[in-house]
Amino acid sequence: MRIAAIRFGLGHRLGAAVPAEACDWLTAQIQPLPEAPGPSLADCMASIRAQRANGFAPGATLQEGVRRPGEIARDEGLAWARRMIATEAPFAERMAEFWSNHLTVSRRRGQTVPVSGAYHRQAIRPHVFGRFEDMLLASARHPGMMLYLDNGGSSGPNSQAGQRNNRGLNENFARELLELHTVGVRGGYSQADVTSLALILTGWSIGRGAEFSEPDGFMFRPRAHEPGPKTLLGREFLEGEEGGIAAIRFLANHPRTHEFLATKLVRHFVADEPPAGAVRRVATKLAETGSDLAATARALVALPEAWGPPLTKLRAPQDFALAVLRGMGARDEAAPALLGAIANMAQPLWTASGPNGWPDMAGEWASPEQLMRRLDWVNQLAGRAGAPDARDVAEATLGPLLSGETTNAVRRAGSAREAMVLLLASPEFQRR
Amino acid sequence: MNRRTLLGLTGGLALGGSRLALAQAPTARAADARFVVVLLRGALDGLSAVQPYADPAFIARRGPLALPQPGQEGGVLDLGGRFGLHPALRRLHAMFAAGQALPVHAVAGPYRSRSHFDAQDMLESGAELRLSSGWLNRALTALPSGGISRAGLAVGVDVPLLLRGPIRVGSYAPAGAGQVETGTLAQLARLHQADPLLGPAFIEGLRARGFSGAVLAGAAPPPGNRNGFIALASAAGRLMAAADGPRVAAMEMGGWDTHAGQVPRLQGALGELDTGLDALREGLGEAWARTAVLVATEFGRTVRINGTGGTDHGTGGVAFVLGGAVAGGRVLADWPGLSDLYENRDLTPTLDLRSLAKGLLRDHLRLPTATLAQAFPGSDAAPAQAGLLRA
Repeated sequence: MRIAAIRFGLGHRLGAAVPAEACDWLTAQIQPLPEAPGPSLADCMASIRAQRANGFAPGATLQEGVRRPGEIARDEGLAWARRMIATEAPFAERMAEFWSNHLTVSRRRGQTVPVSGAYHRQAIRPHVFGRFEDMLLASARHPGMMLYLDNGGSSGPNSQAGQRNNRGLNENFARELLELHTVGVRGGYSQADVTSLALILTGWSIGRGAEFSEPDGFMFRPRAHEPGPKTLLGREFLEGEEGGIAAIRFLANHPRTHEFLATKLVRHFVADEPPAGAVRRVATKLAETGSDLAATARALVALPEAWGPPLTKLRAPQDFALAVLRGMGARDEAAPALLGAIANMAQPLWTASGPNGWPDMAGEWASPEQLMRRLDWVNQLAGRAGAPDARDVAEATLGPLLSGETTNAVRRAGSAREAMVLLLASPEFQRR
Repeated sequence: MNRRTLLGLTGGLALGGSRLALAQAPTARAADARFVVVLLRGALDGLSAVQPYADPAFIARRGPLALPQPGQEGGVLDLGGRFGLHPALRRLHAMFAAGQALPVHAVAGPYRSRSHFDAQDMLESGAELRLSSGWLNRALTALPSGGISRAGLAVGVDVPLLLRGPIRVGSYAPAGAGQVETGTLAQLARLHQADPLLGPAFIEGLRARGFSGAVLAGAAPPPGNRNGFIALASAAGRLMAAADGPRVAAMEMGGWDTHAGQVPRLQGALGELDTGLDALREGLGEAWARTAVLVATEFGRTVRINGTGGTDHGTGGVAFVLGGAVAGGRVLADWPGLSDLYENRDLTPTLDLRSLAKGLLRDHLRLPTATLAQAFPGSDAAPAQAGLLRA
């Protein structure tokens, strides 16, 4: 049970009921995620446009009701943090985090700041246990991804817009769609395939004014679309919006995509060096079911390797901070502390350094300074009023997974605070 | 609007100058008295701090933990013929000589828990179970405010349970306070050793912050700015010295849980405590004359040395009452002797720690009996100790 909460969940939440059967508890979570409320896409886009028009400059007249990008981002972050601290379906939320990271939209690209939360809520969450092709399509059509990887401004050189305005192709999104979202860097594609996919997706853009439509704010602009059929990985795709949809569905179900996704999933749930047998089983499940992510999630739970030696994975800061707060039984009001802590420990929310998302290998998160920051943070938390007894937290979160040495150190610590620091900064608590 | 709200409003609107004038007006001793509680977390070994060198069983019981008699090389500092102070406490000894330090021996709280957690909770709650507020906070309810906005002050990053409760208290921490103690870091470094990835990174992180292997082993002093307690005590003294400064403060110091290698570890910890208490005295300046300090720990340690050169959790221990207002220069102890031990392992307690605290609240802060009962519920068996203060 502890392994289920540590490896598949977000760490046991102090005071939560302990389910009788681990696998049942996990598979019962494989169902559509509850809707996450938040500002409408129209409001997010209004904020972006106002920002672009310098509408927030002193003295500028701002349309009523338009909110600052930072305000929207803060509210989205807090809502996310509250949900993660309290959730009783931590496996489902972990899967949402996995896919959100796989199809990263990072706030490092400033324009995405007010829309990153909407992207997470609207493009990823509805499809976590749906079909991968639907998630991929929702991601490709969402303004978050459009703004992040530039597809919104890409025009075919032979399109009307391309001919008239001397605007051209931007292959940024097409390349990442192949390299990071689907078949992977060794997926057997050439530069010609990248260019071709970019041409296929010309005209995929963000709606404006009267053209803007909820829920996805997507608009196809025929005038920017490259005419004629195109060939991608040996297959022909027709001109028009439909050609792009078909190409994305084709990529989502490509055998190389199955392998690539299976490798990342097994790396996340088993070990940094994913065992080949487990990868094969997950890839086969993806292939057999047409990339059904619910079936895939069940296949992950069924992997014997996932229940093998515990604590092989290092918790990334976000995972660590959540495990700490949940382990201490934190409530809603800890949401700002969670956001502050992960930012200080080098993993600010939705701010990966590039479109490949946050790394999922221990070596990336084990720098000396990062470990010291973890220590500083837990030391701060341990001194707060109302902190629970470290022995209870130790038993509930790790129990027999703690080394005898750590258990003794916690039990024999000279103060409640010291006991909590020893537990939360122990090597066992850094792992999952 | 009742009178209290009205007064509160007036106080809030008053400017610094008028507040100062208020404090300079002739006040009763109680309103001007300063009271500091220092918690030593981890259980100080009382028999090392204040050694009963005249007890015939002392050397046999304590073995290598018994220091030479007063006057000999490395010997204890005499406290009047029966007890001797650990030589690392020389500033405290100077206070004793000036009649301003009162060591108290064979003292313990009413609980017999040997768990740090439980015992500290009960010590701070002032009860035999954990309460949600501390006795010092409850005592503040009856303290004449004298126009002070926050009569209570927690010195440190956190407010200890001792000072939590219905009365709002201030808190202050000098930069760099509240860091993890060296002993805890050394333990964490040990716990990380077996982890091939985190082990070296953790050690390197500590090294980058000035904690070499030698520092962790206690063989070299920790990097500067780490003597947390000295900085805390000095700051507490300065803050409380102000005419409108806080009347009551609490602070804490860890590092007393000496299960192994006790002799060198205590040498360092006692030295820091000694310097810190002297810094508190200096910081208070002329207000020291109106000050009483209670230094207490959750319990004492085993009389006999254990298998790793240390001592384990025990029962009876020591406390100190210090300050210009204190009737010091003597040891307060109803000495139980070391031939018969409590449960054949610990010093038998003969004085209830609550009696000390109640004595100080009553005679130093002049709090009414009802408040003492509120601070220490169910403590009728532990009456306030008389005679702690100068007449």
